[in-house]
Amino acid sequence: MDFTYTETQDMIRDTLSRFLADSYGFDARQKMINSETGRDPGIWSALATELGMLSAPFAEEHGGLGGGHVENALIMEEMGKVMAIEPYLQTVVIGGGALKAVGGAQADAIIPSIIGGETTIAFAYAEPQGRYDLANVRTTAKADGAGYVLNGHKGVVYCAPWATHLLVTARTGGGHRERNGVELFLIDANLPGIVRRDYPTVDGNRASEIYFENVAIPGDALLLGGIDLIEHIVDNATVAVCAEATGVMAKLHEGTLDYAKQRQQFGQPIARFQVLQHRMVDMFMEVEQAKSMTLYATLHLDKPASERMAAVSQAKAKVSRGANFVGQNAIQTHGGIGITQELAIGHYFKRATMIENQFGSADYHYERFERIVIDEAN
Amino acid sequence: MDMEFSAEDIAFRDEVRAFIADNHPDMSAKKELGEEMSKEDFLSWHRILHAKGWVAPAWPKEYGGTGWTATQRYIWSEETARADCIRLMPFGLSMVGPVIYAFGTPEQKAHFLPRILSGEDWWCQGYSEPGSGSDLASLRTTAVRDGDDYIVNGQKTWTTMAQHADWGFFLVRTDKDAKQQEGISFLLIDMKSPGVTVRPIITLGGEHEVNEVWLENVRVPVSNRVYEENKGWTCAKFLLAHERTGIAGVASSKRGIERIKDIAKSEQDGDKPLISNAFFKRKIAELQIDLTALEFTELRSLAGEAAGKGPGPESSLLKIKGSEIQQRITELALEAVGHYGAPYFRGFGEGDNEHPIGPDYAHRAAPTYFNTRKTTIYGGSNEIQRNIIAKMVLGL
Ligand SMILES: Cc1cc2nc3c(=O)[nH]c(=O)nc-3n(C[C@H](O)[C@H](O)[C@H](O)COP(=O)(O)OP(=O)(O)OC[C@H]3O[C@@H](n4cnc5c(N)ncnc54)[C@H](O)[C@@H]3O)c2cc1C
Repeated sequence: MDFTYTETQDMIRDTLSRFLADSYGFDARQKMINSETGRDPGIWSALATELGMLSAPFAEEHGGLGGGHVENALIMEEMGKVMAIEPYLQTVVIGGGALKAVGGAQADAIIPSIIGGETTIAFAYAEPQGRYDLANVRTTAKADGAGYVLNGHKGVVYCAPWATHLLVTARTGGGHRERNGVELFLIDANLPGIVRRDYPTVDGNRASEIYFENVAIPGDALLLGGIDLIEHIVDNATVAVCAEATGVMAKLHEGTLDYAKQRQQFGQPIARFQVLQHRMVDMFMEVEQAKSMTLYATLHLDKPASERMAAVSQAKAKVSRGANFVGQNAIQTHGGIGITQELAIGHYFKRATMIENQFGSADYHYERFERIVIDEAN
Repeated sequence: MDMEFSAEDIAFRDEVRAFIADNHPDMSAKKELGEEMSKEDFLSWHRILHAKGWVAPAWPKEYGGTGWTATQRYIWSEETARADCIRLMPFGLSMVGPVIYAFGTPEQKAHFLPRILSGEDWWCQGYSEPGSGSDLASLRTTAVRDGDDYIVNGQKTWTTMAQHADWGFFLVRTDKDAKQQEGISFLLIDMKSPGVTVRPIITLGGEHEVNEVWLENVRVPVSNRVYEENKGWTCAKFLLAHERTGIAGVASSKRGIERIKDIAKSEQDGDKPLISNAFFKRKIAELQIDLTALEFTELRSLAGEAAGKGPGPESSLLKIKGSEIQQRITELALEAVGHYGAPYFRGFGEGDNEHPIGPDYAHRAAPTYFNTRKTTIYGGSNEIQRNIIAKMVLGL
């Protein structure tokens, strides 16, 4: 057993955190969010070319650093600390993860351009009726000659307005909600028949409703692996989001401590009130446990499916609850100033809130954990 | 002991229900679009109630109240919440109005009370300052006598709806040397006076609801002081006790729970509606049970009041439990809408009817959840309320 980071991993973290500290100050982030396109694409190219950050989890044969889940987790944690709105999760963790899993010509063709920053990917999986069930898919991919024709509606696709490619789940067969027949496709985001409605999200990102109206896609858009592959990459993504949450939660806690030490009421810093001290201790314990659970799940991502899923659901359930607790209490401890747009703390709270339900609420993951560990084992 | 409505109460309820159905302005279009209510929207219902004589049920009859019994007032708040009526702004009707009829001069009563009732004056509350929130008595805005005027200087903050206000009631320091609470006076300030500047503060859901109010050499006639100089704290404490009407928010929380049930019936969870998910159903049940406990606690406390016991510090219980329930309702609504909690409705471009962005009920779920964090902070934070119970009720 060894929980220490390698030198390379430490270097990745240091380089990234220094870069983000410079480029992602609160005001700079606000400016990006409120700009026309909602981001500064220069940052993404800097991450790719100056820092080589997008190569971290990829194999050397593709020009990568040869890392994997641990690298993704630590990069996501740093992104969380500054509430980065970069499409790292969608492009590298999810899109890149799917390509790594299928390998072959598809991986060879696209991974280098992910590393280079030219390809950005959005993950179009959720449907209005589907909640968090990955097999609840109505979007269809009908075989048509050598290719397929896509029809359907995907909702709340984060980062879609910026994407060059879409990673889409669609049904080639099987009934609605059947596991069989759900497949994964990586397609050009600008094909004829793709209609997008873009909008900002409450946590400062951009997303889209995406409608596929008889979209013809080539046969090699299919990433073979079906629902098992989809579940695997969503588990990877879920842990990445947990890692992001540890960054967000740490900042919520840190910001609260700083504020409580400096805010004076009744002639003393409010940090002196024991009820607030205990609360900040409870927040601290949630942050620590979130870090532990993220590590636990990270190290289970390549285990057999049921073990992996049980670990990921434990982590997400715990992190969702923790993010809720830490976020709410950060605001409460700040008093009025906590509910304004002026301080970063409120923005961290909003991101923490969206993380709670991203890739499944606490309840969803409790249920999945129960099914795997209690029902199926007995 | 009896909890049934009498025949008169039921007749009253039917009358109220019919009146609301016939007269309440139709806000459905605005709600669907998730738009914020304007000053005119708020006033539209206010004016209708004023014309009917029902705008201030809690006021004594001589000043324009309705003379209703406690049960009738209870029915009124139930029915207005049930019909999702437009909220009446509390600053005039529930706050400064009672202070003026309890402590004001005959001239103040004659001038201000009718204008509060008619909605002619919109009020705001200028208590909190950047350095004085929970510790309100440390406030530093000063008022210095200059002939028949005070000259007021200082900064207030969190002033709700000050952007619309014609008048504000302010706590200001008139004696720097006295013990904190003893040097404070209660002033009515015309918001159009020279030297008053109102600047917006935008809250987490993007709302412009609160403001900073700067007071720079503002001249306020001494005749706009309510009660004695340096006795403003007495008015403030009286006002706090009066704010308790409806502080628990039971009726509107009932409506909130019904709304969640409606959402959970529309939302799909696998092959069933979300409302049949055992976890989700249990959370609704817990909320509903806690709300019953709150409601009966409030009714017991109202009965105590009717029997002559003044509103006491146990009203802190109503504030704590009521605000927590309000927050849990918004939290559950956000959970219910799933992915569609994320789109930020203020950023939706021109309407595209063919391709809507999520169901209408989802549009405000997240901003409302964020915004409702305020309920445990304002009106005396829940920590301060617990301190009050510890000290005043438990004698700790
Ligand atoms: C949306 C909104 C609307 C408002 N509208 C108005 C208005 O119209 N007019 C107006 O005058 N004010 C208004 N307020 C101000 C409100 O009354 C204050 O926010 C409130 O009194 C808390 O003060 P504060 O924000 O300065 O927090 P602080 O007093 O700084 O409190 C910070 C934290 O410390 C805790 N704390 C403080 N003292 C203690 C203690 N002794 N023991 C334990 N914990 C403690 C608090 O509970 C809180 O959690 C509004 C506030 C909000 C959020």
